[in-house]
Amino acid sequence: METEVSPLQENTPPELKRTPLHAAHRALGARMVDFGGWDMPVQYSGIVDEHNTVRNAVGVFDVSHMGEIEIRGPEAMRFTDAVTTNAVAKLKDGQAHYSGLLYEHGGFVDDILVHRVSGQHFFLCVNASNQEKDFEHIRAQNRLDCEVEFASPRYAQIAIQGPKALETAQKLTKTDLAAIRYYWFADGEFAGAQARMARTGYTGEDGIEVYIAPEHAVRVWNAILDAGRPMGIKPCGLGARNTLRLEAKMALYGHEIGASISPFEADLGWIVKMDKGDFTGRAALARQLERGVTRKLVGFEMRGRGIARDGYEAAVDGVPAGWVTSGSPSPTLNRNIGIAMLPVEHAKPGEKIQVIIRNQPVEAETVPTPFYKRTK
Amino acid sequence: MNYPEDYRYTKQHEWVHVAGSTATVGITDHAQQELGDIVYVDLPKPGTKVEKGKSFGSVESVKAVSDIYAPISGEVLEMNEGLATAPEKLNEDPHKSAWLIKLKLDGNADFSHLLSAADYQMYIGTES
Repeated sequence: METEVSPLQENTPPELKRTPLHAAHRALGARMVDFGGWDMPVQYSGIVDEHNTVRNAVGVFDVSHMGEIEIRGPEAMRFTDAVTTNAVAKLKDGQAHYSGLLYEHGGFVDDILVHRVSGQHFFLCVNASNQEKDFEHIRAQNRLDCEVEFASPRYAQIAIQGPKALETAQKLTKTDLAAIRYYWFADGEFAGAQARMARTGYTGEDGIEVYIAPEHAVRVWNAILDAGRPMGIKPCGLGARNTLRLEAKMALYGHEIGASISPFEADLGWIVKMDKGDFTGRAALARQLERGVTRKLVGFEMRGRGIARDGYEAAVDGVPAGWVTSGSPSPTLNRNIGIAMLPVEHAKPGEKIQVIIRNQPVEAETVPTPFYKRTK
Repeated sequence: MNYPEDYRYTKQHEWVHVAGSTATVGITDHAQQELGDIVYVDLPKPGTKVEKGKSFGSVESVKAVSDIYAPISGEVLEMNEGLATAPEKLNEDPHKSAWLIKLKLDGNADFSHLLSAADYQMYIGTES
């Protein structure tokens, strides 16, 4: 038996980076994997069990590998707006949004969350494996004399996700979490630590993401597990995080997005505000809009027997037409789902496509997304 | 989990049990643990010839696809049909009821490259 898509190496080269919760994961019996240079838990009790726990109750994820970049100064708003795709000027204090960091050619440097702490202070949450690159990319464009700080070493991050997430987290803070709207945040005390509590997540469920200083991480993690025990909380790894985000059709850098993919191709036109003024990548995006996008991401479900996996070829009428950006069994739907990059004329629901699984075309059909949407 | 003494094992985590001219092949408990929740099994139909060391099928978990390699050469007599609808059985009983295929062995099968239960357990002990 040999693993082709291989998250399973357990040998950990010493150069892998560790979060402050590394020993806690080991103690909980997690299976660890190399995730973009970080030694991270992929699963504890099992991917399906953790996935279902988040859909039905509450799960807790160590996402301390994620990066943080802070932009401060009198021109912080103008500068942040100039280097990202979404409309930073529309954010209020305590509000966050999903956004893109683009190259001049219109491809993604990264997808990020921008939090407005104040009009002169923006807090960016970025992907783990991109953080150094993102920081250099932003700093190189700093013409407005802002302070751009690589702040990752100052933060650990823990995500509490699921229908019981707020009830769990509320036991640990005096801040009224229900009063924080979706994609807003508040600063306060959480489990005795100074924290930034954001109503954000990467699972398609309600939840809170807590940013704290690394020295508090173990205590806060244990406090969350204790507080959530009556609700059936479980620690969850990157395996469940991936199946959860895929069902919610949230993009993963290196799969749905990357340097050669534009926001329009990634079906993320909603994070691009072309009318907000100039920003890095805007000219290229304007040209792409003028010419028309030729390929686009679309969700699909397998109709034949087989599981689509990342990187498999997709075909239309037996002719190679694109590729699978993410594919997996869906534990919630009990079907095999995926996202594919296809010619724009086929990137709409109801199209018959084939996924090439070990040299065999297997029937699939494009479907509306997200695959899963929680009932509010 | 018990690794039966009368089975032989590969470093790719398959087992084989020979009775007369018939060999039963499966994946080891260690393999199913490594894979996690198994959701799909792809096996060859009866009549297919499999060759020692070559891939004859695959097992998929939520996270990963793994090829399965034949411990010895032979012709497929039977595949475990139940696994198509209940692949999770591979997580529950990999050494017994969740066998994968039964092979009719070629005349004089060579087992010298296969590991004993003790050697296999020592091998997975050093691997992890």
